[in-house]
Amino acid sequence: MGVLNWTRRGVLAAGTALALSMGMQAEAQTPPGVLIVGQIAEPKALDPAAVTAVNDFRILMNVYDGLVRYKSGTLEVEPALATDWEISEDGTEYTFTLREGVSFHDGAPFNAEAVVFNFERMLNEDHPYHDTGPFPLAFFFSAVETVEAVDDLTVKFTLNAPYAPFLSNLAYPTGLIVSPAAVEQYGADFGRNPSGTGPFTFAEWRSNEAVVVEANPEYWDGAPGLQAVVFRPITDANTRTAEMLAGGIDMMVEVPPVALSEFQGDTFQIFEQAGPHVWFLILNAKEGPFADKRVRQAANYAINKSALVDDVLEGTAEVAAGPTPPAFAWAYNEALEPYPYDPDKAKELIAEAGAEGAELTFYVTEGGSGMLDPIAMGTAIQADLNAVGFDTRIETYEWNTFLGQVNPGLEGKADMAEMAWMTNDPDTLPFLALRTDAWPDKGGFNSGYYSNPEVDTLLEEARVATDQDKRAELYKEMQSIVQEDAPWVFVANWKQNAVTSDRVEGFELQPSFFLLLDDVVKN
Amino acid sequence: MGSYILKRLVSAIPVLLGITVIVFAIMALIPGDPATAILGSYATPENVEKLNRDLGLDKPAVQRYFIWLFNMVQGDFGRSFSLNRPVLDEVLDRFGATLVLAGTSFVLCSLIGVAAGVVSAARQYGFADKAITFVVLLGISIPSFFLGMMMILIFAVQLRWFPASGMWPIYGDRNLLVLLDHLLMPALALAVVATGVVARLSRSAMLEVLRQDYIRTARAKGVPERGVIWRHALRAAMVSIIPVLGIQAGFVLSGAVYIEMVFQWPGVGRMLVDAILKRDILLVQGGVVFVAACYVLFNIVVDVAQSLLDPRIKT
Repeated sequence: MGVLNWTRRGVLAAGTALALSMGMQAEAQTPPGVLIVGQIAEPKALDPAAVTAVNDFRILMNVYDGLVRYKSGTLEVEPALATDWEISEDGTEYTFTLREGVSFHDGAPFNAEAVVFNFERMLNEDHPYHDTGPFPLAFFFSAVETVEAVDDLTVKFTLNAPYAPFLSNLAYPTGLIVSPAAVEQYGADFGRNPSGTGPFTFAEWRSNEAVVVEANPEYWDGAPGLQAVVFRPITDANTRTAEMLAGGIDMMVEVPPVALSEFQGDTFQIFEQAGPHVWFLILNAKEGPFADKRVRQAANYAINKSALVDDVLEGTAEVAAGPTPPAFAWAYNEALEPYPYDPDKAKELIAEAGAEGAELTFYVTEGGSGMLDPIAMGTAIQADLNAVGFDTRIETYEWNTFLGQVNPGLEGKADMAEMAWMTNDPDTLPFLALRTDAWPDKGGFNSGYYSNPEVDTLLEEARVATDQDKRAELYKEMQSIVQEDAPWVFVANWKQNAVTSDRVEGFELQPSFFLLLDDVVKN
Repeated sequence: MGSYILKRLVSAIPVLLGITVIVFAIMALIPGDPATAILGSYATPENVEKLNRDLGLDKPAVQRYFIWLFNMVQGDFGRSFSLNRPVLDEVLDRFGATLVLAGTSFVLCSLIGVAAGVVSAARQYGFADKAITFVVLLGISIPSFFLGMMMILIFAVQLRWFPASGMWPIYGDRNLLVLLDHLLMPALALAVVATGVVARLSRSAMLEVLRQDYIRTARAKGVPERGVIWRHALRAAMVSIIPVLGIQAGFVLSGAVYIEMVFQWPGVGRMLVDAILKRDILLVQGGVVFVAACYVLFNIVVDVAQSLLDPRIKT
């Protein structure tokens, strides 16, 4: 037999193997009742007190409950593990009545002691399990002085001062209640062996492959409609899109703007919702050209934000008017109009300030939580700024390095930097990033050194006001002052998105950016 | 033979030590720190400093290096910050997946590459030779990650023959058949370039051997052409082909990084990329040292195999 005959046999054999494996694939489809979610990354840990990323929250919210939660479709607080609560006259004591008959997934009972354990673990450095941290968002509860179990089903928080965002912070993942018994059993490994009271119980975590959770038939709010949920980390956005199109996953979050059009049609459903997100440019108000308010305003006029959201982001965001996103409906100042795109006005202001031809150093990141498409946006912004006479030089950093450069403050390094925040309360972002007391050397995130005593006072007052209408008024006033002062260029509010296959029913996006799956059904 | 193997093993020690110094130095020099990565957007300089202290990163680099090396010699690679697991457990878990992928690719590139090279040489300038040369050049010229993406687009998205990513069905049975189903596309994408190289070099090696006198003698003695090529010539050519295979084994192992990213294969390459982005210093260092050790070990195996085929090499 000649060499060619041998080759022919080889080709035949390979062809048969190929045909066999193809035949098998036809049967492999995602099973009914099991929802496979394409996530953007591997979770860091499944310990709600120890993580900060929305990516991780999407899993956590299905495994744990907090004392309170956001009412579906809103950012208003409603009862969850606590059935009701009382706030003392002076706003410093919160007494919660806990739900009866609830157990953690590991069988341990949920009670006041468990709540005390959770907050002590996070806040008290002497607690025997404090070393299961670090707890980066523990400052959400820094106002808490003591947590006591009054009786088995009553727990009392005493704050060192009235603190209005307290309830909404309790609804945030950092306030979710974990099983003390599981923390005691697993110690530092708790983050990989989570146990809560939520609609789904943790089943398995295969690194780089999947986190699997299964329905909790005993769930106090009714058993979920799915048998299981599988969260798959697919870090590459193109692969995530391909996997969704190929039918390997049933739902994907954070669809890249350019890929959204792939999902038009009957086989997929696209969900979009504006959330509490702001994408902005921090301007260095301490030194350089942006120390002059007119130049900061000029930057706001010079940048074509509509072009950014429509062309670069393909309509997946809206133009931001000020520092507070419209998702905080009650606290949002409807009267604010975004700075219009007006290069002539910008040139005028620059000329007035004598800042023509100013050289700007602009920090841009390659990616990062909530940063959308930072390089493309950065270069478009650079072009707009140069068009009105600036000389903008971009410096690009990888996300962690970028944070290490920006968070300690821009002084001596840069004139502007990209930034984005997703928060749960209208207090968080301005309080941490716009007050004089939030300058980096005081431990805050006001990296551009903005300072306005009026804004400081408004924010301090809003934080201790227990009346929501009063708070709303204060925030609205703060927004108009900040818009006028222009410590940032207010660019965009992101509309989060998700795509599901037509087999998925009952899904809704939440303004909190969480993924709540207990009412979802898959055929 | 025993002393030769021992000599090769001892000579690997300085190489491995050098690798630990280099990987440690690189991780110490790149900007960004694990504390910022762990704390995320909420990393204030104060908290970053405290966390770095808690993680022992405030100690001088030289001291950290020796602590790390000392622990590693005892089998303790430290604990991953980002995954909250012992580094060695994670690396071993991931390495299995990489071995399956790189191993399959290696087998594919060796079998197909050598066979194609032999056929090409046996039919020098014939149709088969020209066809193979054309396909091989095409294969060598396509970047594997691009080929991988195209395969996903055609065979997963359009035709739906194969899953687009992953190693196992995400929920359901795990058996050899479903593994093969997931393995075929990434293994092929990874093997293509290496196969081309092996084919080209096998062809040259075979042509070299086929010109030798003893081949002519074999033919004159009436050995059938098939026997001449596959038994006599190939065996002699293998002495030059095996080192090429050794290099290609290293090539598929390193190439697996891209392919693991494209196909979301849960291997050590993808783990390292994620770990670098998260500044998970111990995981990166442990992973690199482990892979390097395997690489060095593999080279020793290749050398030993070669010395078995050609006893002159041992001395």
